[in-house]
Amino acid sequence: MKENIKILGFLCQWCAYQGADLAGTSRLIYPAEVKLIKVPCSGRVSAHIIFKAFQKGADGVFVAGCHIGDCHFKCGNIIAEKRIKVIKAILDSLGIEPIRLDFFFISASEGLKFKKVAEEFYAQIKKMGSLNLNHGR
Amino acid sequence: MKIKERVGVFICHCGTNIAGKVDIKNLIQKNSDKENLFFFDYPYFCSQPGQALIKEKINQLNLTRIVVAACSPSLHEKTFHKVAQEAGINPYLVSCANIREQCSWVTEDKEEATEKAEKIIFSHINRVIYQEPLFVKEVEITPRVLVIGGGISGIEAALKIAHAGKEVYLVEKEPSIGGHMAKLDKTFPTLDCASCILTPKMVEVRENKNIKLLTYSEVEEVSGFVGNFEAKIRKKARSVNLLKCTGCGICINKCPIKVDSEFDMGLSKRKAIYIPFPQAVPNAPVIDRKNCLWFTKNKCGLCKKFCPFSAIDYDMQDEIIVEKFGAIIVATGFSLFDPELIYQYGYKRFPNVFTSLEIERLLSPTGPTLGEIVLKNGEIPKEVAIIHCVGSRDENYKPYCSAICCLYSLKLSYLIKEKTKANIYNFYIDLRLTRKGGEEFYNRVLEEGVEFIRGKPANIKMQDDKLVVECEDTLLGKIRRVKVDMVILSPAICPEKSTPFLSRILGLSLSQDGFFQEKHPKLAPASTMVEGIYIAGCCQGPKDIPESVAQAGLAAAEAISLIDCKKIEISPVVAEINEDYCSGCCICVNLCPYNALEYDSEKNKVKLTQEKCFGCGVCVSACFAGALSLKNYREQEILAQIEGIL
Repeated sequence: MKENIKILGFLCQWCAYQGADLAGTSRLIYPAEVKLIKVPCSGRVSAHIIFKAFQKGADGVFVAGCHIGDCHFKCGNIIAEKRIKVIKAILDSLGIEPIRLDFFFISASEGLKFKKVAEEFYAQIKKMGSLNLNHGR
Repeated sequence: MKIKERVGVFICHCGTNIAGKVDIKNLIQKNSDKENLFFFDYPYFCSQPGQALIKEKINQLNLTRIVVAACSPSLHEKTFHKVAQEAGINPYLVSCANIREQCSWVTEDKEEATEKAEKIIFSHINRVIYQEPLFVKEVEITPRVLVIGGGISGIEAALKIAHAGKEVYLVEKEPSIGGHMAKLDKTFPTLDCASCILTPKMVEVRENKNIKLLTYSEVEEVSGFVGNFEAKIRKKARSVNLLKCTGCGICINKCPIKVDSEFDMGLSKRKAIYIPFPQAVPNAPVIDRKNCLWFTKNKCGLCKKFCPFSAIDYDMQDEIIVEKFGAIIVATGFSLFDPELIYQYGYKRFPNVFTSLEIERLLSPTGPTLGEIVLKNGEIPKEVAIIHCVGSRDENYKPYCSAICCLYSLKLSYLIKEKTKANIYNFYIDLRLTRKGGEEFYNRVLEEGVEFIRGKPANIKMQDDKLVVECEDTLLGKIRRVKVDMVILSPAICPEKSTPFLSRILGLSLSQDGFFQEKHPKLAPASTMVEGIYIAGCCQGPKDIPESVAQAGLAAAEAISLIDCKKIEISPVVAEINEDYCSGCCICVNLCPYNALEYDSEKNKVKLTQEKCFGCGVCVSACFAGALSLKNYREQEILAQIEGIL
């Protein structure tokens, strides 16, 4: 049976989302299973949102923000990166492999990096297979 | 889920950009029976007829929510907001689904692209149902501009703004404005005297009523945002009262302490109380407290004793000025690459190895030698080598071209030849003379008999009181050893030392080479990613005087047109707090980068000042009680979107 892997990326609107747009403008192909949601800042992504994403069927979740020092809101990306580390530890204690969650620094000029991140993260999750949580309530 | 809202879904073909990959007809057909969802497609919704169609359908079908599935919201979100508003729908009830940049352009397979587009569209349909109407607020712009850096770029920008009748603060960290240009003797390729063209502008800065000049001052903190920045400026204690001082210079004559002059690149001495250079603006001395006897040993006091105007004030303290600005122009210039790092060129090891800026001071009629080109022993050099690209175009140091060294090296060749009749050898990699009049100037210098050797010198050594430049002449294919009396190094143009600090307090990005990053390399060369902050001159990258002046003019024009708008719209995407849920834990208070959250100890609640909020949402995701939310990115909006996309 063909396994349908679902990847969800939360992208900050200033850097990573623009990087993903640039990947598009440059016609860089990456797996269609990688789907993206725009957030004002990577710091907006709460633990609740990430757990819900897994619960709703995501097999891998990543958050991407600006490089250190480039954050439009000064330090949202630093807070987000730290937060992701904590959430990874919580996932581990819940029996979900922590590498199903990751944080990346992607600038508006890094279309190629975005494609690579999308491809590599997808490949990594695909290797692990579907998460198979009980969907929904 | 039962939908009460009537949602219009407008799917754009974007020619074949989307329609070529996404089977829009099929997608619409499949979903056409869904209750309260109304699907439409059109070749270009961004076009006038496309926009008209959206408006028509809104009115015809009483739509209450809009999803536009098209290109990236970065391109046309504003367009569709306007369309909705014109049709009587609040713009924040529109959601833009990106099915071009993040779907049709990045997906190979048509079926996959169609499936992905459908998911993306439904995630936005889910989200838009939860969206709330939001209202843009307008705030007044402070009609005042801050210019940081008083070199030629800063001076030019300040003058342009002042001429337009706007108030401007010009902040310079040194005791006088003028920057690097004030140190130059003549300018290429026209050989007009640098001070003769700069000094009148400096005087105009002093005289212009619209300019508040703050020398010996530095910007320490900047907060706020476009239209209303707030800057904290430290005016360092000059120890001389500018209102009383006439610049007579008696204090300078009486001062017993001599130290190296920074303005003359250490080639002459200055006193502990000094005016940096004769044309300085303001033309008043400053006490260098690190070297002054009064401040180091608590004795002497001669300057105070002899000052006829009682202008000397040893008790003067640093002054902190806090002021609001509508726009900021950064014109902090450059610093020179330190040639000591290239050990083999012998700078500071051999006495007669100079940098180009030191030679500029020697050439200057007000410089340490009153315009004579002499060796350290006082003799006139007979052979002079000029080495181009010292640190520039070098993988080990700075990979970029410093843009101005070729032409100023030619200028130095010409001026030294004129003054000393010495033989001059230019060691170059390539001659890049792209400036107007550059090639003609090169021909003129060739006619004067200046020699050019193509090759990057490998080593400079001492041999019988002479310097020997060892180099492979890549045109002759031979190793050459050229004996000279004097070597002049043309060092790379590097970012000013304060650049990383300013980038941090202003939130500006730096490009790979460490200069400030412009918003667009071609179409917005003086703007930055931070709205309301502009850049001019060498702080953006190496450039000559005309280019700096041109960019300063553009930065000034940008700042003027911004503050002339008088009012600016503030995004309504800010945080909200529900005090009933707040437990007063204060986790959010420390996370907020803008101090928008404060603890109210009386109520044991956190208080939010929305005017200070920028809408990052860091506090929202940290609030365990769910008391905080971010408008347009509330938990239910994001969760609905997640549900739709998975």
